[in-house]
Amino acid sequence: MKTTDIPQDPSPLDKFTKEVCYAVGEDGKYVVGLSRGWQVKADALGIAWEDAEARMNEALQKIQSGEASPILYYMELNLMDMPTLSAYTGFWQFTIKRHLKPSVFKNLSNKKLQQYAEVFDISVDELKNMKLNGN
Amino acid sequence: MEINFQHIQAAHCENGVTTNLLRHIGIPQMTEPLVFGIGAGIFYIHIPFLKISGGPAISFRTMPGWIFNRTCSALDIPVERRKFNDRKKAQEFLDNCLANNQPAGCQVGVYFLTYFPKEFRFHFNAHNIVVFGKEGDNYLVSDPVMETTTHLSSYDLERVRFAKGALAPNGQIYYPKKGHVVTDEDIRKAIKRGIKHASWFMTETPVPILGVAGIRYTANRIKTWREKLGPKMGGTYLAQLVRMQEEIGTGGGGFRFVYAAFLQQAYNYIPNDTLLQASEKFTAIGDQWRTAAVQASGIYKGRLSEQNDFNQMGDYLLDIANKEKEAFKLLYKIKW
Repeated sequence: MKTTDIPQDPSPLDKFTKEVCYAVGEDGKYVVGLSRGWQVKADALGIAWEDAEARMNEALQKIQSGEASPILYYMELNLMDMPTLSAYTGFWQFTIKRHLKPSVFKNLSNKKLQQYAEVFDISVDELKNMKLNGN
Repeated sequence: MEINFQHIQAAHCENGVTTNLLRHIGIPQMTEPLVFGIGAGIFYIHIPFLKISGGPAISFRTMPGWIFNRTCSALDIPVERRKFNDRKKAQEFLDNCLANNQPAGCQVGVYFLTYFPKEFRFHFNAHNIVVFGKEGDNYLVSDPVMETTTHLSSYDLERVRFAKGALAPNGQIYYPKKGHVVTDEDIRKAIKRGIKHASWFMTETPVPILGVAGIRYTANRIKTWREKLGPKMGGTYLAQLVRMQEEIGTGGGGFRFVYAAFLQQAYNYIPNDTLLQASEKFTAIGDQWRTAAVQASGIYKGRLSEQNDFNQMGDYLLDIANKEKEAFKLLYKIKW
């Protein structure tokens, strides 16, 4: 990459910082340049977020249709997968899988709900009475 | 309390932390490319069957911590590295370091890193920062990917130091010990060691998912993605590949440009023309990675969706694998 080819596309990076790039200057020597962002990778990041949002919506639908408990939505909202949620809450993965069933979730103790709520940065009340519309 | 610490921005976090910490203990020759090369940071792995956030597990860099460890060990600099179970002890240790005028490298998770914008906050636990002071409840932080220094409250710092999940940092803290003089001869030796290590690893490891063979593995997988996953999900997988390769913290082209810069700087220490030759090759290879990324973006943006487009993408990577093999062999065969 030549210094003149360092991409300067508007991207989410604008909210953050310019990033260092190594590029070849006119004399063939490497120099450090700063880049504002590159459309190609901004798009890749966008895809990752689209994917995350699709999973959140899917979770909402499952909760509405009674297939899953609100834990699923908050797990997706926090971009977590099973191993990550397991590590944060201290529950085994198969325990979490059980807690994802609405029938099991209904009878969870406050202490366990509290553990989830803390990880998700919400109150137990919010977790129990998740509003399905408008959030 | 603030330690006089020079923050130099870097393309990659661990390179930056290592460079800045080594310069702090009086080794001003250190630059990011040198650290990356001596630490043999260049790498490739594609772990089959494992998924990271729903995509393929691909990495262009070595395990977190290895660049720092290898660089220090190649330069004979003793290292202090600690992990903690107890959050309080972790903070005490850090406070002690600061009281002794010792800036400390910390491994942290990105998800709760408050100064990152939301778009970049995923559960990625192998980020590195330097803590170099404390004002009231705020720790002064030098994050090498940022232009300026920043700060974190003690609560926020504890949270990121004890992020959970894959590669959990466990409060990990590290720094090189003071009082070691590094001569140019030491650096020459370290450069040779780094190049030998990286070129051996990339071409000689008999594991089909590592190094150049790993790139070939990915290339062949990509060709099957459309049929197996459908064009949409195949695109999402490719987007993940591009993020691993180009996202902030990689210097672009999957670290290949940083490596090319390293070889140029190595030439200043060891005037061997092969180094410059290899450097030019790596520049070209980095450009090829970027061309491949453009092709991938065509697929994940939905402009390209035919099997032919996936084949083309795979072929780009096969070509890259061949070129990298050539370039690393060139380095591997240097008679020092």
